[in-house]
Amino acid sequence: MSEHTQNPKAEAAVYLKTLIALLVLTGITVGASYIHFGSGAANVVVALTIATIKATLVALFFMHLLHDKPVNGIIAVAGFIFLGLFLMFTLLDFDTRENPLPRNLPGVVTPPPPAATTPAPAPEHH
Amino acid sequence: MSTSTVDLQHDPHGHGDDGHGHDDPHHQHHFTTMEQQFDTSKIGMWLFLATEVLLFGGLFVGFGMMQARFPEQFKEAHEHLQRPLGALNTVVLLVSSWTMVMGVLSARTNQRKKLVIYLIITILCACIFLGVKYFEYSHKFEEGLLPGHYYTHHGDKIATVNGANGYATFFSFYFMMTGLHGIHILVGIALLAWIAVRGNRGEFNSSYYTPVDLVGLYWHLVDLIWIYLFPLYYLIS
Repeated sequence: MSEHTQNPKAEAAVYLKTLIALLVLTGITVGASYIHFGSGAANVVVALTIATIKATLVALFFMHLLHDKPVNGIIAVAGFIFLGLFLMFTLLDFDTRENPLPRNLPGVVTPPPPAATTPAPAPEHH
Repeated sequence: MSTSTVDLQHDPHGHGDDGHGHDDPHHQHHFTTMEQQFDTSKIGMWLFLATEVLLFGGLFVGFGMMQARFPEQFKEAHEHLQRPLGALNTVVLLVSSWTMVMGVLSARTNQRKKLVIYLIITILCACIFLGVKYFEYSHKFEEGLLPGHYYTHHGDKIATVNGANGYATFFSFYFMMTGLHGIHILVGIALLAWIAVRGNRGEFNSSYYTPVDLVGLYWHLVDLIWIYLFPLYYLIS
């Protein structure tokens, strides 16, 4: 708590620069959204990259992670790593499904299952 | 450090001579130093923030899945959101994050008046944010751009996919995520008001400003979530 109280004026200057950078990046991301970068996916990548830069600035300077005890940063990064795992396995599952919507969702018409790949079990009694 | 008379429930005095030589009424006797006490509180706050990331993260993953499912309908539905209003709210929240961090700095450097002023500006920014959101929401209610089967908007160009309506799905996610974020703003306003009142009483100083710092962390996280919500909903088409 005392590691960065030496020069409040210098600290305030850092915060002001951070705010200006964040506002400039907001302008850039709004401007970039009116440009078409070849494909829809490219626009998503551009927007999310700028958002991640902004989030990093907030975390490092406004949330003090840059000069803080490492344990807080480790907790923050761990949260995002687990979110990444969640996203990765969800996408793996999603990309390998024919119909990603649950069958019990109201109004969803599921395509008929592929015919005769597995014969209906008709157990015979002996 | 004799200004504080409140917060008696945290006052360790009365334990008498435990030999720690406390000089700060906020110092709880099971912590060796004030610094250790502060760091411990902060770790707890960061653990909470990690759960918040996962809470919103689940919704972001769901949004991504449904966008992959209904790409055309999501693209069209997002045209109903007004970019200038989203950008305005982004700027308002960023400025409020800055006033918040300046408030924390003021508390740490014993500037009581500045702390209260910065906190009040932060609360005002939060109110502006909610005012813009109210305007956006009421506009969507009028147009019937509502979640799930409440969706009654007419004039969609694309029919349903396998009977499922991607527009309604988009607005389900829109109201769920911005609504949950809005609830976080409301909670933030209450917390900011609470520390503004305590700050005005002169309860915070360079050796004890933990509540200001932790509310600040919470407020920055709310800002951080909006930093992702804004491009995903308003910008990506």
